[in-house]
Amino acid sequence: MTATSHDDAFVVFDRVQKSYDGEILVVKDLNLQIAKGEFLTMLGPSGSGKTTCLMMLAGFETATSGDILLGGNPINNIPPHKRGIGMVFQNYALFPHMTVGENLAFPLEVRKMGKSEREAKVKRALDMVQMGDFAGRRPAQLSGGQQQRIALARALVFDAELVLMDEPLGALDKQLREHMQFEIKHIHENLGITVVYVTHDQSEALTMSDRIAVFNDGVIQQLAPPEDLYERPENSFCAQFIGENNTLMGTVESVSDGVASITLDDGAKVRGLAVNCGGPGSRTTMSLRPERVYVGGEEGLVTTEAQVKELIYLGDHIRCRMSVHGNDEFVVKVPNAAGHKHLQVGEKTMISWETADCRALDA
Amino acid sequence: MANTADSSQDIAHSAPVTGPVLGNDGRPLKASLAKSLRRQKLRALGLIAPLLIFVLLTFIAPIADMLFRSVENNIVGDVLPRTVVALQDWDETSGELPDNATFKAMALDLKEAVEDKSHTRLGSRLNYEQSGISSLFRQTGRKVKRLDVEETTDFVAAFEDMNKKWVDVENWQTIKAFSGRFTDGYFLAAADLTKGPEGIERVPENEQIYYTLLLRTLKMSLIITFSCILLGYPIAFLLATLPLRTSNLLLILVLLPFWTSLLVRTSAWKVLLQQQGVINDTLVWLGLVADNARLELINNQTGTIIAMTHILLPFMILPLFSVMKTIPPSYVRAAKSLGANDWTAFWRVYFPQSVPGIGAGSILCFILSIGYYITPEIVGGTKGVFISNRIAYHISSSLNWGLAAALGTLLLVVVLGLYWLYDKFVGIDNVKLG
Amino acid sequence: MKMKSIILSTAAGVVAASAAGAKDMTIVSWGGAYSASQDAAYHQPYMAANPDVNIINDESSAEAVAKLRAMAEAGNTTWDVVDVVASDAIRLCDEGLAMEIDPDTMLADAPDGTKASEDFGDLLVSECFIPQIVYSTTFAYRTDVDAWGGKEPSNICDVFDLEAFPGKRSLEKRPINNMEWALLCDGVAKDEVYDVLGTEEGQQQALAKLDTIKDEVIWWSAGADTPQLLADGEVVMGSTYNGRLFALIEEQKQPVKMMWDAQVFDLDGWIIPANLSDERKQAALDYIMFATDTQRLADQAKYISYGPARASSAPLVGKHAELGIDMAPHMPTDPENAKNTFLYNYEFWADYRDDIDAKFQAWLAQ
Repeated sequence: MTATSHDDAFVVFDRVQKSYDGEILVVKDLNLQIAKGEFLTMLGPSGSGKTTCLMMLAGFETATSGDILLGGNPINNIPPHKRGIGMVFQNYALFPHMTVGENLAFPLEVRKMGKSEREAKVKRALDMVQMGDFAGRRPAQLSGGQQQRIALARALVFDAELVLMDEPLGALDKQLREHMQFEIKHIHENLGITVVYVTHDQSEALTMSDRIAVFNDGVIQQLAPPEDLYERPENSFCAQFIGENNTLMGTVESVSDGVASITLDDGAKVRGLAVNCGGPGSRTTMSLRPERVYVGGEEGLVTTEAQVKELIYLGDHIRCRMSVHGNDEFVVKVPNAAGHKHLQVGEKTMISWETADCRALDA
Repeated sequence: MANTADSSQDIAHSAPVTGPVLGNDGRPLKASLAKSLRRQKLRALGLIAPLLIFVLLTFIAPIADMLFRSVENNIVGDVLPRTVVALQDWDETSGELPDNATFKAMALDLKEAVEDKSHTRLGSRLNYEQSGISSLFRQTGRKVKRLDVEETTDFVAAFEDMNKKWVDVENWQTIKAFSGRFTDGYFLAAADLTKGPEGIERVPENEQIYYTLLLRTLKMSLIITFSCILLGYPIAFLLATLPLRTSNLLLILVLLPFWTSLLVRTSAWKVLLQQQGVINDTLVWLGLVADNARLELINNQTGTIIAMTHILLPFMILPLFSVMKTIPPSYVRAAKSLGANDWTAFWRVYFPQSVPGIGAGSILCFILSIGYYITPEIVGGTKGVFISNRIAYHISSSLNWGLAAALGTLLLVVVLGLYWLYDKFVGIDNVKLG
Repeated sequence: MKMKSIILSTAAGVVAASAAGAKDMTIVSWGGAYSASQDAAYHQPYMAANPDVNIINDESSAEAVAKLRAMAEAGNTTWDVVDVVASDAIRLCDEGLAMEIDPDTMLADAPDGTKASEDFGDLLVSECFIPQIVYSTTFAYRTDVDAWGGKEPSNICDVFDLEAFPGKRSLEKRPINNMEWALLCDGVAKDEVYDVLGTEEGQQQALAKLDTIKDEVIWWSAGADTPQLLADGEVVMGSTYNGRLFALIEEQKQPVKMMWDAQVFDLDGWIIPANLSDERKQAALDYIMFATDTQRLADQAKYISYGPARASSAPLVGKHAELGIDMAPHMPTDPENAKNTFLYNYEFWADYRDDIDAKFQAWLAQ
């Protein structure tokens, strides 16, 4: 499903730049291809440029340079209302002076669709989001979750092939948000539409996306499917931003066969997978997921010393904060398996990991 | 998978309640609630008390006073107590003069009235109804001092001797018609009506003025309000969409006229609008208007409309601006993303949401313009003056405060009536000041 | 110690000063050049002679009648002496709002011993009124109107002659004077004007005459309007108070000339509000005695071209204080100017003002 060239891509960002004031680029040289039917999430902290990209695609912002193509045609000069792109806004933007039914009929009306056809489509769209009984209500009479569904139905009712969503679940509580994530995902699969989804919530991105583009500072840091992004982050920003992560700072000694030998800042020597760490002498950040660290030394693994600082019992596992080579925030998840080792606060122990799980990234 | 999370909020409504709910002390919950709220209410009342008293003293009391003045007519009964009693038996439709006793009563009343000079006040009052009574009372007042009530027998002749007008039945009819403690005379006059021999009738056509003026006031206030909407809407829209710093600067420009004296602003319009003024000079220079056919932009309705629109514009812009400020830009974006072009997005989505601002601004502008008189007086000529100009005239110049009060009351009733109509057809809750 | 004595002496000074300043006197007048002339001719000399009196100027004469009535109703009259036109004085007297004046005991005799009642003569139009000046409402015209072909209006009826003297005119937005002029130019003899105007037909006749120029009239309500309109060229002729026209012609040197024909004399003067406390009443009478003597009235004419109300003042009128020109020829009462004059008929207008004003306003609104 991943688009690899301009030809089979549905949406293309080709060397797109955006600046509001002529001094600072909020989007720097963006290249991105999105395939038809793909669910692509733009993930990043606020101010990273992800929303700007979405707004350029919707037509509410113009690219300062570069091209945006939709279905192979450049759309830079096409006004938003002619792009045929559905959009779900952060606060839903349901028209408060119209009923739910009128809100849904609006895009059909402006397309001069006949009344009977319009009504059928509105009903189908409402049924799709299980809101068939609410056509006569005003948006203000609906709960947040219900408004969310209506906003979704409105973006879909005119059969848009591409739907943009700008943090659509941000205003909902956690339970409802998780529920809606599945619902949106199902609708995406059932209708075969292409979705570009903007969020700053990494778990939302991981749950829903085919691919995730991680934005920071106007640049896509990494573009990959969720499991790749989590397990094989290519730089320290992605490693930090997605999921929980332990870091150890050090200097590269040598690199051979893709394995880097690294001297940590306190003098200890470890090995890690050379991903993005430069040659000998360069600074590096070692990145290691908490669940990939074992308590106790084991043959064939990288083994080092650690002191237990704090233990938190979480049922299925015990969260153990340790001091490892000067990093007091080093977290290890000890599974609550039969016969696991019971640690004490202050105790010194050995921990170990596979070389491939410890990734040497940029400093 | 349905709306599990959303349905929870509907449950609370369905619980059946039987009998009064009791608190844990056995007393009805409602009584306990009322008791606990009483203190709060008293405190709230205490806090608004200064405002309440202020409103009572400066708003309610003057309006009550105005309503009272428009019907009050104590002066005739106070100054001529004997005459009023004596006139009760007189048939004013007979065409005959009152009897000698009535004239004697008048003589006694006038002698007393001259002492505190109240006869001339009475003359001024009755002169509003019948021209000439003012001088009748003033002249008679001087002579009646010398009239010896004990010696005189033929009072009719004595009065005729003092002033021939006393044997004119019309004057006596007027005195009798306005001898009551209350009168509808002011309201009749305010409605271009008068009390004729055959009851209430319209005043002659060449004296009808208030009906014309009231209609003109309403019509021109509507035009002014409408032109305020026309001019104010784009400005408010611009203010609401510009970045905060720019919009604040522009807002100051909108408010700037408020800091200039009303007279100065209005006089400035004179300089601009008159036939030898800046606008006409420019038009002539551009060749758009011939020098001998300069436009009449002032001393008529056009002048009033232009100057009043300028003065009232901020009252339209400010509520519009504060309402537009609360309309998130995402609505228009949403409309566009749904396929609406710029106009449709504005007309179908943005405009309906700005209607409460138009409502608030229109009510403000309309009510303010109905009561304005300084600007129309200066730039309105004869065709562009309002009914308030006549009210001001009667307050400050003719001293006919009763008629001014009646006109003011009529205006108040008309405004309340329009307010009611507005509420009925548009809905007053559709008005938002911000 | 020293500090203490300074404080004490300062405090004593403040107390003394406020005691001395207790005799504030509020004098109400019209403002502008007129008040300035009163200040120079009356107030300053009076305060120089009476250091304990402090005169406060209030420029509310235009609303004096309504304000005095409101003050009387509130039971707190704050004005001591009020400058009003004679018709307003009559109205205030009728309403019991102004105090009655006995001219022979309360006003100064002329230098030759003539009693004040004789010196003022017919100008004492009301028991409450102390005349001060004679002014007139008259016409002036622009001298540079091409359309007139070199002719200049000289007769009041030229105002109604749109063919010989085309162009806009300014008239006061009230019936008084306009109705008289209209009748006069519609064939009514001068001494019959008020008899005719007292009838319904006469009023219609006057309005019908005014109707012939209605489209060419700009109606004024403030005395400054006509001079401004003449200066801007908005009107070619217009009526207003002669003093305003004097300023326009002699001080501002505008191409405008007086047309004294059928000027209407009116009086302006003082009243003392009724029901003042004895102390304030005495103070007000003392001021009036001073300000309306023969010399003081003649002095005022140095600053403004209004005629003094006393016969004995006329010979004392001299030159303008700043322009240095002889004031006598600019007085409305000058024989050359007063060939054809009217005196405002106070009795008539007190009776007919309400009625005719209603008709006049209705006619205006049509």
